[in-house]
Amino acid sequence: MITDTIDIPAIRADFPILAREVRGRPLVYLDNAATTHKPLSVLEEVLAFYRDLNSNVHRGAHSLSEQASDRYEAARETVRRFIGAADACEVVFTHGTTDAINLLAASLGEQHVGAGDEIVVTEMEHHSNLVPWQKLCARIGATLKIVPFDEDGSLRTEMLESRLTERTRLFALTHVSNVLGTVNPVKELVRLAHARDIPVLVDAAQSVPRFPVDVGDLGCDFLVVSGHKMYAETGIGVLYGRAEWLRRLPAGRYGGGMVATVDWERTTEADLPFKFEAGTPNVAAAVSLDAAIRYLNAIGMEAVAEHERQLMRYAMRRLTELDGVRVYGETAGKCGALSFNLDGAGAYDVALILDTLGIAVRSGTHCAQPIMRHYGVNTAVRASFALYNTTEEIDALIDGVKRARAMLR
Amino acid sequence: MSTAIDETQARIIEEFSALDDSLDRYERLIDLGRRHDPPDEQLRSAEHAIPGCQSQVWIRAEVRDGRLHLHADSDSLIIRGVLALLLRVLDGRRPAEVAAADLHFLEEVGLTTHLSPSRANGVATIVRHLQRSAAELGE
Repeated sequence: MITDTIDIPAIRADFPILAREVRGRPLVYLDNAATTHKPLSVLEEVLAFYRDLNSNVHRGAHSLSEQASDRYEAARETVRRFIGAADACEVVFTHGTTDAINLLAASLGEQHVGAGDEIVVTEMEHHSNLVPWQKLCARIGATLKIVPFDEDGSLRTEMLESRLTERTRLFALTHVSNVLGTVNPVKELVRLAHARDIPVLVDAAQSVPRFPVDVGDLGCDFLVVSGHKMYAETGIGVLYGRAEWLRRLPAGRYGGGMVATVDWERTTEADLPFKFEAGTPNVAAAVSLDAAIRYLNAIGMEAVAEHERQLMRYAMRRLTELDGVRVYGETAGKCGALSFNLDGAGAYDVALILDTLGIAVRSGTHCAQPIMRHYGVNTAVRASFALYNTTEEIDALIDGVKRARAMLR
Repeated sequence: MSTAIDETQARIIEEFSALDDSLDRYERLIDLGRRHDPPDEQLRSAEHAIPGCQSQVWIRAEVRDGRLHLHADSDSLIIRGVLALLLRVLDGRRPAEVAAADLHFLEEVGLTTHLSPSRANGVATIVRHLQRSAAELGE
């Protein structure tokens, strides 16, 4: 059993969807690495925004627009404090993590990365932190280099130095693997890259919801965050960039809201962070992210982290006790995602059987086909946790896995 | 007019009517999946793979003497079971019949959740593929 650091029954009451039934059974939602549910306070704040404040931001002299702009900028300040950025101008709102990485790739591709240059990623990246770099390299004649991981799911950090050269223009890596749950030693790797003046992008989609993350402490140059994986709405993400980088880089995409002056010959760009926010932003979703962060802060990220640690420890112990289960990723401090297969059984079948028992897990490649290939499998089952999950739900998962094993054996 | 395809569908619906929950239906499909043709390494190749499925599915269709002959496999036992049912209904029929068949039994035996076009491994994808192949081969 685990000793709760947080009041789980009270928290579950904040998420009405957790009380619903699926196929006549109580929902056991273990697909949180894909998306988390939203607490009532987040939903109510979105409703209140549209009901009382809705207007476009930074465009009008009228009072509503001003109030909506203030609300939007307040959300930016909340994010700044949450991730420890030095200045709110370093917080760019995007439509999600994938969008943030594509924005950065578009910007870097305009002048920072050229033919013959190199970008380094790891073998455990989500496709979102792999394909944009692969495409950028193909487009401009650069080379993508890979840092592999070990059988237990730990990054082979000793290989990084041999991958970094004077042509390396960026090292992009995930903070927490969405398949293996591995927590990478980002701080140490940033130091290695910085010793060669190489900037580092951290994909924090799976870490920021689960434990305290501070960009100042990590020392990274860029960091991307997903709103919907941390209890906010879909359609909002963050690209954090150190101001000195964001000032130097071109906007990457263009249109309304990101300009200072426009004439037929040329356009000058607006100040940070607005030059990176072309078009009308998803203001309501930014407000939802603000509300989600305040929800997390009220619980305390250290307490959230402790709860997540205990859930993972309990789930790993129970799952690895079973015969015929192959777990992917066995590093100490593993967090968030627990992927596995049953001997001789397809992941899709396991997930279908669990679904009939009301248990929501994901099966498939998890947008990380290189990881599947590493282990010589096509697909895996993934259970992933959030602050509202309980040991009883993990017990239900284990019973379901036993059931599936008996049926598929 | 009752066709052989409809008669087979009716028999399957009858057989499944005794199974009341999804677990029982999956159990039956797993059983059918196990008894289906043994995995055929030649069939399990990229050439016969149906893209865009959560599990891997391979189908080969050919026409001999005016009849459609189908070979199908999946790495999912449940989907193998569905394929076994589809072959029971469609294998050995005339291509035009297969292309035009209304495969209502899938819905009636409770596989509707798989029929949603948005579901990655929709049985719908498999059915579309089978019927398109039948139409092309029948031309």
